[in-house]
Amino acid sequence: MSTSEMDNNQEYVSKIMTGIPGFDSVAEGGLPRGRTTLISGSSGSAKTIFGVQFLERGIVEFDQNGVFVTFEETPLDICRNVRSLGWDLNEFKNNGKLMFVDVSPSPGKNITVSGEYDFSGLIARIGAAVNKVDAERVVIDSIGSLFSQFEDAGLIRKELFRIAAAMKAMGVTSIITSERSNENGNIARYGIEEFVADNVIILRNNLDDEKRRRTIEVLKFRGAMHQKGGFPFTISKRGIEVLPLSAMSLTQRSSNVRISTGTKELDDMCGGGFYRDSVILVSGATGTGKTLSATTFVDDGCRNGERTLVFAFEESREQLLRNAIGWRKDFSEWEDKGLLKIICTYPETAGLEDHLLLMKQDIEEFEPSRIAIDSLSALERVSSMKSFREFVIGITSFVKEKQAATLVTATTASLLGGTSVTETHISTITDTILLLRYVELMGEMRRGVTVLKMRGSTHDKSIREYTIEEDGMKIGKSFDNVGGILAGVPTQFVTGEAEKMSTMFVETAESVRP
Amino acid sequence: MNYLLKLYIVGQTPSSSRAIHNLKRICKQHFDGNGDSYELELIDVSQHPEKAEEDNVLATPTLLRKLPPPLQAIIGDLSDEQKVISGLGLTILPEEVINEH
Repeated sequence: MSTSEMDNNQEYVSKIMTGIPGFDSVAEGGLPRGRTTLISGSSGSAKTIFGVQFLERGIVEFDQNGVFVTFEETPLDICRNVRSLGWDLNEFKNNGKLMFVDVSPSPGKNITVSGEYDFSGLIARIGAAVNKVDAERVVIDSIGSLFSQFEDAGLIRKELFRIAAAMKAMGVTSIITSERSNENGNIARYGIEEFVADNVIILRNNLDDEKRRRTIEVLKFRGAMHQKGGFPFTISKRGIEVLPLSAMSLTQRSSNVRISTGTKELDDMCGGGFYRDSVILVSGATGTGKTLSATTFVDDGCRNGERTLVFAFEESREQLLRNAIGWRKDFSEWEDKGLLKIICTYPETAGLEDHLLLMKQDIEEFEPSRIAIDSLSALERVSSMKSFREFVIGITSFVKEKQAATLVTATTASLLGGTSVTETHISTITDTILLLRYVELMGEMRRGVTVLKMRGSTHDKSIREYTIEEDGMKIGKSFDNVGGILAGVPTQFVTGEAEKMSTMFVETAESVRP
Repeated sequence: MNYLLKLYIVGQTPSSSRAIHNLKRICKQHFDGNGDSYELELIDVSQHPEKAEEDNVLATPTLLRKLPPPLQAIIGDLSDEQKVISGLGLTILPEEVINEH
């Protein structure tokens, strides 16, 4: 076969951008053009919103008109329901950009069946509507109610197949929505998927660890590529937003510019400060000075005239300001100058997907060069493990893209040693990890700090003692001859009385009992 | 009593012509000489989709009894005469049923 013949025979499946945020990257370009895609989901999985948004985006973003065929709700109800998402369907209707084909059941209409029938009437109506507004997009929502209105399931399947074929002939890209009886069973009820669509998308609304978690999965696109697996999505004020997490590519630039941590000794330990575009994790038990490190980091940013954004999930604004003043840092001054913005949110107010969206919006609006998140662990308690992991990846890759140095804090569960779940998820994607640890040594609680990881730079590998003074963190000497600090069981190496005496802190040596 | 009937069909299909034929026969039998009058409108959806829109027609053929209320819909080629008659409310109860009550 020659090349030209190949070109003629191979009909390339092109795609049409839906305009639904995040979805097109999951679907690698959108929905297959000129074909029907089945959207299946249990009740409340946002099928109708997906359909309406597909049409709304088409009209607003791509100048492609649409037809909405409704089997369930009346056009009036649909217009009302999506009004809260800022979509004015009536305006589209009046401007001749959108047309409804209303096949919702009319109350009080008695239907008797006498003899053979088909859905030619409906096909003719869809065709007329498509012609009238010159539509390129059609949504049929939702076919489940057909099966309750008409008894002959075999006939409905056959007719749906005809409808899909007719829409293909009209050259429109269409969506048919359908119910699923449960989240993990058949793709759709009544076995319609085999008849209707080469392309299937599943919307899920799972209860995961007592938290609702919406996901979207492109199950198949015949002859076209797409991302595999479920992607979380949320319904925001602008409708559906898909978070294409694993579809994100690691294209972040890397910077060699260093910024100060706010503490000179810590800068030295990091080999000259944090990198401009790095994500820094500060891990420690309660009271080890995580919020202090964040405060110092924020204060240093503002001092250098850098815009700094703080997300606080554990403390109120007043508490943060008071703490800062306690460490002689005046946050309200920076706020007045417009350099600092503090956003305090209770983690419980929203799902993690929503938090992520809101935080992204805040970052885009404020355009900070430094961000502090205190603490990430607070968010962990309101989500399932999976959502949390996706959230962490989502937010870290976003701040990297924005080239904002981001310091996040994580709380360890145990006072001595130990790791937190937060750490486990975040450690591989952070550039720098600072550990703040309690060190129990000879009956005394002391604090130690170490730079566990500093990507792309040399750093101090020792564990240094630090104290929290009136004006912040004071880093002192390293704990020599002490091991097991990170494991939570500090032990001294006794290599000889004389050597020990010379290397140990004087006051510690005095407290040793024979 | 005055009946207003609408028959929705699509094009010149066999089921369309069967429906027309069946309806005309039933009307002839049941409206002749009993004092009732009827008006029948025949609508081709492909010619007048806006009318089908107004009456929310999904399946074809569909026969609508617009008057008297309530609205009655009979879908199919109207080959089951008994169902058409009862659907339109033309049923005259047999004498034995009346006597039982």
